[in-house]
Amino acid sequence: MAKNRIAYFGVFTALALIFSYVETLIPVSFGIQGVKLGLANLIIVIALYKMRLKEVYLLSVTRILLSGFLFGNYFSILYSLVGGLLSLTVMALLKKREGYTVIGISAAGGVFHNVGQLLVAMAIVESLAISGYLPVLLIAGLLTGLLIGMLSGQMLKRLTNIRF
Amino acid sequence: MNVDVKSRLKKLMNKDIILILIILTVAFLAYFLHEILGGGSVGSVTVKVNGVIEGSYSLSEDQEIEINGGTNHLQIRNGKADMTEADCPDKLCVDQKAVSRRGESIICLPNKVIVEVEGGGEREYDAVTN
Repeated sequence: MAKNRIAYFGVFTALALIFSYVETLIPVSFGIQGVKLGLANLIIVIALYKMRLKEVYLLSVTRILLSGFLFGNYFSILYSLVGGLLSLTVMALLKKREGYTVIGISAAGGVFHNVGQLLVAMAIVESLAISGYLPVLLIAGLLTGLLIGMLSGQMLKRLTNIRF
Repeated sequence: MNVDVKSRLKKLMNKDIILILIILTVAFLAYFLHEILGGGSVGSVTVKVNGVIEGSYSLSEDQEIEINGGTNHLQIRNGKADMTEADCPDKLCVDQKAVSRRGESIICLPNKVIVEVEGGGEREYDAVTN
């Protein structure tokens, strides 16, 4: 059982990393600076439903560090780390409460991913001026989150017999 | 099957929709708050032709400006200045996006026209992170 979990953890890490890479290949940024689809979050959302929470956190951090060192830089790691952890925490809290589907949870995750990154940007720039970007990021996070949520829902439906 | 879809739709309607509505509300509130609070910090554009200042126009009021006797047409709308027409061959200045932040500029080299934003909002790049 434990061995199985470790193997799955490796597969999920690899998948998340690949998705991060695929993301860098997609030139579309929806016309807005800094807005991404967040494909790797697909894996995080699925892991949220399939793994222990502790492992999902580990997966998220591993994914961000690896993809950050491979495709980004120290700053992008900082941004992703805060965004990713805030997003995951919100998603985990929502999942604990009854009544939210994967779509809603993922939407909240997408939104808070962007909120976390905006907070880092504010701290780095030491200015509140970029808060004007908040509405754009909220809507973008909502849309990408909804999309990822729908995809996750479809994938989870097909992954019912995988348990770890 | 139909009942299953219906009940699932109902489930989705409850908390997910409320969550989405809350996010949308916050986004619109943030937008309007920023519009109200940030309204005062609009700058102006300085238009230079051949290095000589031809005029300075506030970004706060919508207006159309003919530059250089009509070779270039500058449009100010919603606090942004955009070159909408030019008689130069390459139209690079027309293709440029609208400017609104301090230090941003639209330059039409063939006609020696420089439109530069002064004062007002923050620079677009306070820090470059990648």
